[in-house]
Amino acid sequence: MASVVWKMLPLRNPCKFCAKFHRPSQDVFARHARRMSKKASSKSDWQSVVGLEIHAQINTASKLFSGASTKFGAPINSQVAPFDAALPGTLPVLNKDCVEAGVLTALALGCRINQVSKFDRKHYFYADLPAGYQITQQRQPLACDGQVNYVHVTSGAGQTSTAEMRTCRLIQLQLEQDSGKSLHDHLDKQSLIDLNRAGVGLMEVVTQPDLRDGEDAASFVKEVQLLLRTIGTCDGKMQEGSLRVDANISIHKAGEPWGVRTEVKNINSVRNVSKAIDFEIQRQIGVLENGGQIEKETRSFDAESNETVQMRDKEKLLDYRFMPEPNLPPLHVYSSGNVPPGTGAGSNVVLETVQRRLPDLPGTIRDKLQHKYDVPLLSATLLVTEEGLLDIFESLMADGSRDLKTLLNVLLNDYIGVLHEHDCTAAECPIRVQSLGEVCDLLASRDISQSTLQKLLPLLFEHPEVGAVEMVDRENWRQIRDRELIEKVINEVLSNPKVMKKLQKGGARGLNAVMGPVQQALDRRADPQIVTEIVENIYKNLSK
Amino acid sequence: MFSRFSVLRCLHKFCIANRCISSKIPDKPTWTPVDTSKLPQVEEISRDLVEHLERQSLVEFSNEEGLKRLSDAIQSANKLYMVDTEGVEPLDSVLEDRALYLRKDEVNEGNCRDDILSNASKTEEEYFVAPPGNIPLKQAEKEYKEKLK
Repeated sequence: MASVVWKMLPLRNPCKFCAKFHRPSQDVFARHARRMSKKASSKSDWQSVVGLEIHAQINTASKLFSGASTKFGAPINSQVAPFDAALPGTLPVLNKDCVEAGVLTALALGCRINQVSKFDRKHYFYADLPAGYQITQQRQPLACDGQVNYVHVTSGAGQTSTAEMRTCRLIQLQLEQDSGKSLHDHLDKQSLIDLNRAGVGLMEVVTQPDLRDGEDAASFVKEVQLLLRTIGTCDGKMQEGSLRVDANISIHKAGEPWGVRTEVKNINSVRNVSKAIDFEIQRQIGVLENGGQIEKETRSFDAESNETVQMRDKEKLLDYRFMPEPNLPPLHVYSSGNVPPGTGAGSNVVLETVQRRLPDLPGTIRDKLQHKYDVPLLSATLLVTEEGLLDIFESLMADGSRDLKTLLNVLLNDYIGVLHEHDCTAAECPIRVQSLGEVCDLLASRDISQSTLQKLLPLLFEHPEVGAVEMVDRENWRQIRDRELIEKVINEVLSNPKVMKKLQKGGARGLNAVMGPVQQALDRRADPQIVTEIVENIYKNLSK
Repeated sequence: MFSRFSVLRCLHKFCIANRCISSKIPDKPTWTPVDTSKLPQVEEISRDLVEHLERQSLVEFSNEEGLKRLSDAIQSANKLYMVDTEGVEPLDSVLEDRALYLRKDEVNEGNCRDDILSNASKTEEEYFVAPPGNIPLKQAEKEYKEKLK
């Protein structure tokens, strides 16, 4: 509809914001309008509404309905069973571990499990879907409702970030099949199909449109990733395709009914979730503020240009022709009260058995950190997110005498920095926990400075067998805290009339004029706090 | 000296007599004629519907007779509205009483690339080859569609 309106406009059309004359393609104009509207948007009262569909590949050895392997990176078409290739005469046989994974995930997300759920067929034609339909659960899914409490981190001015808890409700969780992978060969005008991924089990989590914008959605996805990794049902690697996110976005003005929504696909990293959604919101604002209309369509996110573009196959009237799957009877999840007698214990999924497998969830751990150790929310989030860091924190806090702030500072700033630099996890890092404890104590007692810390940790990484205290002594990095010695050196420096003159002028310059020579004399190891104290005292005495 | 034929005839009459006593076949027809005025009326077939059905099924209606058959089929199916389904759960499988069998999670299939690929007429470097994307169906202008809205 918008494209028709566009063609009816006069050839040279001035932009509403900058009065530039142009008639580029609709997408280019939208980009221009977005840039312009962002400048003028302080007065805009558009509200955006975002809902997500998250597809998580179930971490089992075999596929959902066949016995082929699900390993990532296998040779092309080597993990394809006859059922996955939709050969006639093959039938689906459901994998018990997939059902248990679905139930475990639903429990972690706070959903209500449907003890009886049914499978359906969703028909559409595409080369990577050999059967012409996907087996999914649309009418009666495995679990309904539920909600996720996630930490929304906003990066504020400078280095500050704030964290707050938000909630997003869920609609349902269902089991479905994955499709194969297609590579588009534009040169030879063909598609190359690899069916290794066809038939792998997916858990689709559909959220209510409670999310507001890109950052919100990205925080939510990070929380879901962490949850799935913690319970072990999915490894959550978006780059490998084991977690895929589709976003549904619409905008409306406050008080008015919700606008038409568009769907954005092909988002393959958490950062791109944020970028794609923000771009789409701005694009929709641009279109509506220029009198256009939003089409109900599916768009694809182009990671190179950071824009959403129309998908090549635009199926306006997509009729999925949902029908019940006739080859699969209803799926039963029993509770310990109603397991049918006489049936083999091995082939039943019992709710209580699965519930016992539920580990401590990130939310619970964050709460414990906040209440037991008084850790602020943002630090608690980082401790829980970075693998292995929590164990280090708890063991270092075990004897109860360590300073919390120093410990958090060392772990969350410098230690994480070292991990990222060497691209390893806390478990792989050779620095001993004992050494870290020593580092914290040294810093707390001001025996080393912040800048020394930044040199010390990388050195400990290279030579983990040397203890922190030993290393500091070896490198002669201990701060000089002997007041008498420092006073003596300061007086020596002040005997220089030029320095004394600068000090008498006062202020930061005066202090620096003394600090410089003092540090030089003491091999840059003087404790700056003590030097400052003494110099300020002298200055006060001078002014009297 | 009953001939075989007469024996059969006696048997036949005997059977009929029996049936009259305990027959499950009703004497008179029991179906009620369907009052077509009470059924929902078949809407006029629109051009959009015809094109949508042709695209989904990849079968052409070919001529006006085909369209007439479509509306007759819909009218015939509408007779289902005479059945009262109040409070009755729909049946989606005759297996609805049974529970779904769950198999153990082990890898026991796959690894048969040559067999799988042998079904395709065209492959390239172990991939299946397909045309690029979905080729939209070109809806030809045919006479039977001209009269539709």
